[in-house]
Amino acid sequence: MRAVVWSLPDLDGPGIEEPSLAGPAQDAAGTGWLDGLRWALSDVRVLAWRTLARIATTPEQLLNVTLLPLVFVLLFSYVFNGAIVFPGHGSYRDYLIAGIFAVNMGGTAQGAAIGMAVDLSTGLIDRFRSLPMSRAAVIVGRTVADLLTTLLGAAVTVLAGLAVGWRVHASPASLLLALVFALMFGYSAAWAGACVGILARGPESAQAVGLTVIVPLSLTSNAFISTASLPSALQLVANWNPVSVLAAACRRLLGNPDPAAAIHAWPMQHPELASALWSLALLAVMAPLTVRLYIHRTGR
Amino acid sequence: MIEAHGLTKSFGPARALAGLDLAVPAGTTMCLLGPNGAGKTTAVRVLTTLLRPDAGWARVAGYDVATDGADVRRRIGMSGQYASLDECLTGRANLVMIARLSRIAKRKARCRAAALLAALDLEQAADRPVRTYSGGMRRRLDLAASLLGQPSVLFLDEPTTGLDPRSRLTLWGIIGDLVAMGTTLLLTTQYLDEADRLADRICVINGGRVTAQGSPAELKARAGTSLLRLTVSATVSLARAAEEISEYAAGPVRRLAGQHGLEIPVVQRPGLVTEIVRLLDAAGIDVDDIAVRPPSLDDVFASLTGPVAA
Repeated sequence: MRAVVWSLPDLDGPGIEEPSLAGPAQDAAGTGWLDGLRWALSDVRVLAWRTLARIATTPEQLLNVTLLPLVFVLLFSYVFNGAIVFPGHGSYRDYLIAGIFAVNMGGTAQGAAIGMAVDLSTGLIDRFRSLPMSRAAVIVGRTVADLLTTLLGAAVTVLAGLAVGWRVHASPASLLLALVFALMFGYSAAWAGACVGILARGPESAQAVGLTVIVPLSLTSNAFISTASLPSALQLVANWNPVSVLAAACRRLLGNPDPAAAIHAWPMQHPELASALWSLALLAVMAPLTVRLYIHRTGR
Repeated sequence: MIEAHGLTKSFGPARALAGLDLAVPAGTTMCLLGPNGAGKTTAVRVLTTLLRPDAGWARVAGYDVATDGADVRRRIGMSGQYASLDECLTGRANLVMIARLSRIAKRKARCRAAALLAALDLEQAADRPVRTYSGGMRRRLDLAASLLGQPSVLFLDEPTTGLDPRSRLTLWGIIGDLVAMGTTLLLTTQYLDEADRLADRICVINGGRVTAQGSPAELKARAGTSLLRLTVSATVSLARAAEEISEYAAGPVRRLAGQHGLEIPVVQRPGLVTEIVRLLDAAGIDVDDIAVRPPSLDDVFASLTGPVAA
């Protein structure tokens, strides 16, 4: 019924040298570790691009990173502004924005958890597994893309913050440093989220588990409130909470009011170092664990 | 090109493969034919390195699936029972992504994606998200995805299950083209007509092992008898006709429903029909029509996939 309308060499069109039909048709000629690394990075790039390209056909995916930060900024700076007692000098809005920014970063975990669970619930992972690609790249690609998505949300927070009167009093170097700490935390949170996504039975449970961790973590931090009014047990949690630590680091670097500087807890006294250590420790635990769980879950 | 010996795989107490042996020479098409739960999909998943067998070994394209998984993956293409595509990406983006992950350079990846979209008649839908595709389009895109790496061995797991007749015919045409180009193909199906149409050899599997194998013609011959359908002039008594040819009957003779004729199981051989016609002619019986039908694969299937003998 059909003529042979195409043949193998035609696949590449004119002008591209034909692959040798004797060998594999792929371009992974070398087998050295450097070639391996080069291809693994290419896999990561392709998979990160894939996660972002999905947004082009389903832009509503972006609502939680674009609209939600805006709602948070407006809600806290207008609705809760009067209700929250803010000790010391400075305005609540100046205090708030770095907190929302830190919560944004922690929220990277949620996107990664759901994304990973969705991928695992489709046949796509089988396709990936039948390809000669790096398996860890599936998670690295996802976490990188989720971090980029989070950055968009963080940008919304910053712009909304500026609009409601938040101001930064810092050198460009301090700004850059704050961004680095934020990216570090966002990225390690993405791995923790991916881990949850792999352990979850499906996208719904990933979302439930993610929210159950992220909401209390955000609310027992100094993101929205000053922790001075908390009971002492909760203060301990709040002082070591990675969201508090990042928020305190950002406030200090951005020249915003930072009442936590008066708290005699090591992470509040050294928030930059504490934030970096938190992120590195989280990543050091989560990255190998998550890759192992992924290989086990999709295992042979 | 594909060789498997004594593959076993259990999922808890369920034994999916119970010592499966297979041999598929290069450039041929082998069909694994069996009912649901026979172990077809498990066999494909072991051969494509997605599952590790509990025992036994398999070599695909010269590489051991257990120890040289990456080498195997570089040489095979797989299209599963469930289309494994990203629903939120366009058809073209899916193909480019899979080509890039197959370690094909960017420009070449785009070229191949475009060529396959055209060849599989998906050009019009190429830039629409896959979630808007029909079942047949998904299968074609999935097949295209498995062809991007120019595999020397292709695995198709129930490629036409759930498709409408037209989409099945289209896919059969495409698969036929691939076979004509010399791709080694392992195909699973529950449909006998599909096996009959596409395969050089058929392995009937049931309960995780091969219960019969051979070319479609051999398997049909193994079912033994053919059926001779004979219709005679209305003036002739059927009993007399049956009497005349009783020596050829290899089983019970049945009356044809709605026609004045008989259905007689016979052992087919050259010259049989001529002999019978001459015999009936000599006996003064007018033959309206006579035909010998080989056993269908349905007959073979029914006789081979009964309950597994303990």
